Amino acid sequence: MSTETAHTPNYDDAVTKKFLIASVTWGAVGMLVGVICALQLAWWPANLNVPWLTFGRLRPLHTNAVIFAFTGNFIFAAMYYSMQRLLKTRMFNDVLSQVHFWGWQSIIVAAAITLPAGLSQSKEYAELIWPIDIAIAVIWVVMAVNFFGTIAIRKVKHLYVAIWFYMSMVITIAVLHIVNSLVLPASATVSYPVFSGITDALVQWWYGHNAVGFLLTTPILGLMYYFVPKTAGRPVYSYRLSILHFWGLVFLYIWAGPHHILYSSLPDWAQTTGVVFSVMLLAPSWGGMLNGLLTLRGAWDKLRTDPLLKFWVVAITFYGMSTFEGPMMSIRAVNALSHFTDWTIGHVHSGALGWVGMAAFATFYYMVPKLWNNQLYSVKAATLHFWLATIGIVLYVMAMWTAGITQGLMWRELDADGQLQYPNFMDTVLQLIPLYWIRLVGGTMYLVGLLVMAWNLVKTASGVAPKDGPEQVTAAPESLPTPAK
Amino acid sequence: MADSMHRKLIESKGAVMAVLTTVAISIGGLVEIAPLYSEALGPEPMEGIEPLTPLELAGRDIYVREGCYNCHSQMVRPFRDETLRYGEWTRAGEIVYDRPFQMGSRRIGPDLQRVGGKYPDAWHYEHMDDPRATSPGSIMPRYSWLKERQIDPEAVQASMRALQTLGTPYTDEQIADAPAAIQRQGGEIVARLEAGNLSAQPDDQIVALTAYLQQLGVAGRKAIQAQKDAAAALEAGTEIPASVED
Ligand code: HEM
Ligand code: HEM
Repeated sequence: MSTETAHTPNYDDAVTKKFLIASVTWGAVGMLVGVICALQLAWWPANLNVPWLTFGRLRPLHTNAVIFAFTGNFIFAAMYYSMQRLLKTRMFNDVLSQVHFWGWQSIIVAAAITLPAGLSQSKEYAELIWPIDIAIAVIWVVMAVNFFGTIAIRKVKHLYVAIWFYMSMVITIAVLHIVNSLVLPASATVSYPVFSGITDALVQWWYGHNAVGFLLTTPILGLMYYFVPKTAGRPVYSYRLSILHFWGLVFLYIWAGPHHILYSSLPDWAQTTGVVFSVMLLAPSWGGMLNGLLTLRGAWDKLRTDPLLKFWVVAITFYGMSTFEGPMMSIRAVNALSHFTDWTIGHVHSGALGWVGMAAFATFYYMVPKLWNNQLYSVKAATLHFWLATIGIVLYVMAMWTAGITQGLMWRELDADGQLQYPNFMDTVLQLIPLYWIRLVGGTMYLVGLLVMAWNLVKTASGVAPKDGPEQVTAAPESLPTPAK
Repeated sequence: MADSMHRKLIESKGAVMAVLTTVAISIGGLVEIAPLYSEALGPEPMEGIEPLTPLELAGRDIYVREGCYNCHSQMVRPFRDETLRYGEWTRAGEIVYDRPFQMGSRRIGPDLQRVGGKYPDAWHYEHMDDPRATSPGSIMPRYSWLKERQIDPEAVQASMRALQTLGTPYTDEQIADAPAAIQRQGGEIVARLEAGNLSAQPDDQIVALTAYLQQLGVAGRKAIQAQKDAAAALEAGTEIPASVED
C-alpha cells in the first residue's frame, strides 16, 4: 500500500478510474477501427459492401475515436489524478467531475453512431454534426469550471509546470473548437460553415494543427512533467527549461496551421508565416524532449527492469522524432513531395503511436497499481506489450515512409519528352499495396499489445497476487516532483 | 532571476497565468486569420463562377456524407506534373462558394478538382457502381446504393436557404424552383445515361453526385483561360480589355 494514498484519502480517485477504464476501452475500439481501415486499403472488399463500413465513413470514426475517446479520456484521467495531488486538494466539485465524465462518454457514443451513418461536416477531426459540437462546448466549459475551481481552492501556493500545460489545453481547445464549429444549420443534421473556400481551409487547419498541438502534445507534456519524475524518482532536469519551452510552445504553435495548405491559393505571406513558425517550433519541442529525457538520466540502470521507464523513453524519443520531422515537412520543397502521400500518415502515427500511445501506456501502468492499491500483476506481460508496440510502430512508420516517398516520386516523374512517366494514377496505387499489408501487421501488433495491457491491468485491479516475483515496478518518491533548485 | 520572477508573479496566480496563456495563443490566429476574413468579403469569385445548382448541391452533400475527401483532394498545386495530370492549378476565386471547403489532405485516389467533363456521365455511373469496371485495380469502395436512393428536394431547399443567409447569391426564385430544376437537370443526365443503355431517375443520388462531379473545375478553367487570353491580348497590344483582374 503506497503512503501517498494512505495520507490523502480525500482525493476523488473514483472519477480518475472511470476515465482510465474508458480510455483503454475506447482505445481498443478506435484502434480496431484503425486496423479495419488499414485492411480496407490493402484489400477493399473488407468493407463488405455495407455503406457504414466504407473507408470514407470509418476513417473519421477512427480519428475521432483515438483522438477524443482514447487520448481525451487518457488526458482527463492523468489530469484528475495529478492535479489533485499537485494542488493538494480534492477536485473543486464532484458533480462537475461526474457531468464531465458522463457527458464526454455520451458525446463519444453519439459520434460512434453518427459518423458511420454518414452524418459529417467533413472537416478533419471536426466532422461531428452541430448538435454534438454544442454538447462538446458545454461539457468542455463544465470541465473548465471544475479545473479553475480546483486551482482556486488549492492548498499550495505555486502551480507546478504540469498545471500550466493542462491550462493551455483547457483554454486553447475551447477557442479552437468554438471558432471552427461556427455554422448555420439547415436541419438537425446538416449545416454550413460561416467561413468559405480558402478562409474555411485556413480556419480548419488552424484548428487541426492546434488540436494536435493542444490535445496530442501539450497536455501530454504536462503529465510527462508529473509522471516521469515520479516514475524515475528524480526531480525535473531543468526548471528554467520548462518555463522557456512552455511559453515558446504555446506562443509558436498557433501560427503553424498554414503548413497544411502549402501551395494552395492561400496568400503567400500566410503560407510563409506558417512555414517560418513551424521551423521555429523545433526549438521548444526539443526543449521539452530534452527536459524529459534528461530527467530520466541517472535512472538508466532501472531501464532494463522497469517497463514503465522503457515506455517513457520510447515515447519521448518519438516525440523528438516527430517534432523534427514535422518542421522538415513544413519546408516547402519537402512538403511538395510529402503532402497528400502516406508520408503524412507515417508522421501522424509516429506521433500518435509513438508519443501519445506509449505515454498513455506508461501512465496507465503507473496509475492502476496506485489507484487499486496492488502491485502490477505481470511485469513480463508489460515487457511483452512494450516490444509488440515498439516493433508495431517501426513496421507501421517505415512502411508509410516508403509508401509516401515512392508515390510522391512516381507522381512527379517525367519522361524524356517532359510527359508524365506514370500518367495512369492506378500505377502509383498498385505499388503501395504490399506496404499497406506491412502497415496492417504493424498496426495489429500494436492493438494486440494494447489488449495484453488491458488484461494485465484488469488482473492488477482485481487484486490477483503478482505473477513474476516480488520485484517492485517503481518506487515512487513521496515528495512532489518539484523542480531542482 | 527571471525564474524567480516567473515563480512569484505568474505561477502563484492562476488568473495571471490564464490571461497570459490566452494572450499567447491568440496572437498567431488573429494575425493570420483576421486579414483573410475581412478579405473574405474579398477572395472575389472569378468571372463565371456561380453557386451550385440544386441538383449539384445535393450531389455535394452526398460527397460530404460519404467522406470522399478522405481519399480525394480538390486542390491542384502549381507544379508541372500536377498541371499535366490534372489541369490548371486551383485558384482562390474558384472555390469561394465552397462551404465547407473540400481541398482535402490525402490522395489515396486522384485529385478531383478538375474532373468535370473528363469522362462521360455513364463513366461515373459505372465507376460508382463498381470502380473496378472502369479502373482495373482500384481500391475504392463500391457505392451501388446510390442507384437505389433518392435525394430530398425539400432538404435541398433548406440547404439553399441556409447558404443564402450566409451570403451565397441564391435568389428566392431559384430556391422555390429547386424541385423543378432538379427534374430538369437530372432529366438531361438520365437522357445521356439512357443513350448508353443505363436507367436512372432524375432524383437518384447517383445522378446528383454525377451532376456535382461533372461541374468540378469547369467554370474555373474557363475563367482562367479568359484571364490568360486577356493578358495575352494586352501583351500583344491588340486590345485593352475593360477589366482585367490582377
Ligand atoms: C492500431 C493502431 C492504428 C492503426 C492500424 C491505424 C490506422 C490508420 C489508418 C489506416 C489511417 C488512414 C490512413 C490514410 O488515410 O491513408 C489512419 C489515420 C489516422 N490515424 Fe490511425 N491508426 C492507429 C492508431 C492511431 C492512434 C493511436 C492515433 C492517435 C492517437 C491515430 C491517429 C490517426 C489520425 C490523426 C489519422 C488521420 C491522418 C491524416 O488525416 O492525415 N491512429 N490510421
Ligand atoms: C514541431 C512539431 C510539428 C510540426 C511542425 C508538424 C508539422 C506537420 C506537417 C508539415 C504536416 C503535413 C501537412 C500536410 O502536408 O498535409 C503534419 C501533419 C500532421 N501532424 Fe504534425 N507536426 C509536428 C508534430 C506533430 C506531433 C507531435 C503529432 C502527433 C502527436 C502530429 C500530428 C500530425 C497529424 C495528425 C497530421 C495530419 C494532418 C492531416 O493532414 O490530417 N504532428 N504535421
